[in-house]
Amino acid sequence: MSTSTSNAGSAAGSALRRGRRRPVDSTVKVLLVAAALVSVATTIGIVIALVQPTIGFFQQVSVVEFITGTSWTPTFAQKAYGVLPLVAATLTVTGVALTIAVPLGLGSAIYLSEYANPRTRKVLKPIIELLAGVPTVVYGFVALFALNPLLQKWWPTDNGPAFQNLLIAGIAMGIMIVPTIASISEDSMAAVPRSLREGAYALASTKMQVSTRVVVPAAMSGIVAAVVLGISRAVGETMIVTIAGGLTSDRIVLNPLEGAATMTAFIANISSGDIPVGSLDYDSVFAVGALLFLITFALNAVSIRMVRRFREVYE
Amino acid sequence: MNPTDTTNRPGVSIAGVGAQSTGAPTPDVADPVMELSGVSVYYGAYEAVRDTSMPIQEKQITAMIGPSGCGKSTILRSLNRMNDLIPGARVSGSVTYHGQDLYTKDVDPIEVRRRIGMVFQKPNPFPKSIYDNVAYGPRVTGMKVASMDDLVEKALRDAALWDEVKDKLKTSGLALSGGQQQRLCIARTIAVRPEIILMDEPCSALDPIATAKIEDLMSELSNDYTIVIVTHNMQQAARVSHYTAFFTAEVDERQERHGRLVEFSQTGKLFTNPADKRTEDYITGRFG
Ligand SMILES: Nc1ncnc2c1ncn2[C@@H]1O[C@H](COP(=O)(O)OP(=O)(O)O)[C@@H](O)[C@H]1O
Ligand SMILES: [Mg+2]
Repeated sequence: MSTSTSNAGSAAGSALRRGRRRPVDSTVKVLLVAAALVSVATTIGIVIALVQPTIGFFQQVSVVEFITGTSWTPTFAQKAYGVLPLVAATLTVTGVALTIAVPLGLGSAIYLSEYANPRTRKVLKPIIELLAGVPTVVYGFVALFALNPLLQKWWPTDNGPAFQNLLIAGIAMGIMIVPTIASISEDSMAAVPRSLREGAYALASTKMQVSTRVVVPAAMSGIVAAVVLGISRAVGETMIVTIAGGLTSDRIVLNPLEGAATMTAFIANISSGDIPVGSLDYDSVFAVGALLFLITFALNAVSIRMVRRFREVYE
Repeated sequence: MNPTDTTNRPGVSIAGVGAQSTGAPTPDVADPVMELSGVSVYYGAYEAVRDTSMPIQEKQITAMIGPSGCGKSTILRSLNRMNDLIPGARVSGSVTYHGQDLYTKDVDPIEVRRRIGMVFQKPNPFPKSIYDNVAYGPRVTGMKVASMDDLVEKALRDAALWDEVKDKLKTSGLALSGGQQQRLCIARTIAVRPEIILMDEPCSALDPIATAKIEDLMSELSNDYTIVIVTHNMQQAARVSHYTAFFTAEVDERQERHGRLVEFSQTGKLFTNPADKRTEDYITGRFG
């Protein structure tokens, strides 16, 4: 920059020295490191914020009661702190969601990667990814006010779905995570080398056989990562279950046609109420939050490992 | 397995090329198992190979040689309809197999590929176990087999790989060396008992020792299979093949390059007494 002078050699030579500090690069680096640190610090902050009330909670409620108790009634006169009802509801909703999202997501991915011509794929893939951006609150009220009445109307037997229920919340959540599963699975299937497909076709495979017996297994770690990510989104999802999933938590609800509170729905509900800081109810929110954090953290760790494995396959 | 009355006799179809060479096909030439007549292959509007006619003799090794880009792979892939997989690729002229045109509407490309298998330039085993690689073809084609284990063993033996892998059939095919992977791909191909095996530069990614093994294997396999091999290695063609087709690329009036078959004949003859000046230049190393 400053060497534009056409002076003699000495001037040109001195221009090479570090006379003037250029602040730009080092400043940028500091800013970038700071940006990275913010997210690390946030995670650590969350853990710390969770730990103290959680410890407070477990000083009054035994871990065994928390983990094995079958009734969760912190707001009742008769208080009980067994987290199983919340966990069961979370599992039920997640199970319903996966039953919908895995076939649909994987089917879309296979279609996009193996069947759609490049033009169709170019149009469809962004549309599917766009669906991932629909606010979850929209899924929630569509589920409650549009889908559930239909479900109730068409239900073949008398004891159909309740006003709020785990089934409809799970269905909405399943539709919500289809784009996640489809998009990541499609990426990993597109990364399967063409030579493998050719090898399979040369062995007299049909397109379906190439897709299901060669491409899907070869992309399996990416697909598993997609599903795990989908699970972790489902477990952590709050809006849909709060709106459409129900509130029951004094017993374990196994019938998906009934409503029940998931871990997230409980936290959302009680947090919007008026609970005194430092009370056991207050602490119980953090205990459930800590459990949720552990579960999603573990799922994300699994997912990251999977993605890493998937990257190594063809190197 | 004689072709039922073929109207195109070998002598006729190679007239454009072979007949101009002094000694017409030797008397012991049987009816060819496959036959190309006037085959042109297009990628979109581009005519990659023009007007190719040649026979493929049963249980013989036919080599295709020529400079890079002259359409050897393109022609090879037209023999089992692998070109179907390339959008815009199109074949004109006729490719027959036992007298049956492979490109008529009622022909199922899956059935074609079951009888005419293919081994590729870069070994491409599936990321599955060695066993599952070999069993893949019989499984997808629904072959009725008494014992899959026996079939896998036989295919691996026939591909001269059994002794090296018999203790690790459950390990991934990708864990093998390049040469072993290529023999695994050959085992995988013969496991479906095709009649013809197409090989597109099967040794180009391999070291000389692995190459020698594959060449030996090809000679061995030609007792039971018809083999068509593309190679850029003239010595290899001279060593292993019975017939050789020499292709080159011609530039036409519109400055477009098209692959052309220059000469087809018995390998010994093509290398010692080529009929065409271009063949002679190529095999003696004088290009263009
Ligand atoms: N998939 C394809 N699409 C378009 N052109 C192709 C394709 N494959 C090959 N070609 C062209 O066809 C010609 C012949 O190619 P190829 O058959 O691969 O030659 P060779 O195997 O003799 O090296 C080349 O000009 C090449 O660029
Ligand atoms: Mg080639």
